[in-house]
Amino acid sequence: MSVRRPFTRAQRATIVNGMLSFVVILVVLQLWLLTATMNAYLGGDRSVIWPAAAASLACLLLNAGLLRYLYHIERTRQ
Amino acid sequence: MMPPTDDGRERIDARIDSAGREGLTGTAPANIYRPLQDAEQVTIAPDGRPMEEQPVWRTDFPIDWPQDHYVERRDFMKFMVLTSLAFTVGQFWIAAENWWRRTTGEPELARVAAADDLAVGATHTFNFPTAQDPCILVRDGERSFVAYSQRCTHLSCAVVPRAEEGVIRCPCHEGYFDLASGRPIAGPPRRPLSRVRLEIRGGQIYAAGVEERTV
Repeated sequence: MSVRRPFTRAQRATIVNGMLSFVVILVVLQLWLLTATMNAYLGGDRSVIWPAAAASLACLLLNAGLLRYLYHIERTRQ
Repeated sequence: MMPPTDDGRERIDARIDSAGREGLTGTAPANIYRPLQDAEQVTIAPDGRPMEEQPVWRTDFPIDWPQDHYVERRDFMKFMVLTSLAFTVGQFWIAAENWWRRTTGEPELARVAAADDLAVGATHTFNFPTAQDPCILVRDGERSFVAYSQRCTHLSCAVVPRAEEGVIRCPCHEGYFDLASGRPIAGPPRRPLSRVRLEIRGGQIYAAGVEERTV
């Protein structure tokens, strides 16, 4: 029977670094999406608005999921 | 020392660190060992040297640096997720604005000026489709009129037509637009000016709609 041990401090530091890198990339992607959508909207191109909003929402959910996992790790440590 | 039993045998003290018990059970008094530190509680200074070699102030006020780094990354991650939320709200704000614009429908036809009132190269300003939307009408030929939004597509400064040079200039950041097409030709603007659709009926010029363009 395998025993699940909580992550050590070094492991948690590695995990949070990896997550942070991923979250930063997604936030930069969202920033680009927002500026591109605003430019298209002001230029009268309305076709991109909803796909861009859906993509941004997907990024947010992914980020929120990663944060939730971080909280989960915190809880299992205690 | 414990008193002997009734039959004269020596009693054994049950306490694990009692004198004379060492060697009997392979144990020793517990107080001869230093308590083992949990690996999670070991403080590592930024220079990596052991705490014994650190300055006094650092030993007096020790900071758990690995934990400190972990917490600051975790907090930064929370901040980034909040930023992500803000960007998503911005996206849906654009969608809501678009929906609201659609519900207002097409603007009504509005008279701008009489064609004969404008000499070739002259400019007339008007507001369309609402009073908050300044526009310019330019007579760039004997039978040719063009009208654009007066807001620069860079930062919404008021643009000024220069009919004799065939350009529209934005004085704020030296942006230039082509008078005939409204497309940017110099400076920071990247999008063309919004074009106002014109209709000429019985010598009168009417604004019929606004065309927003990306190229």
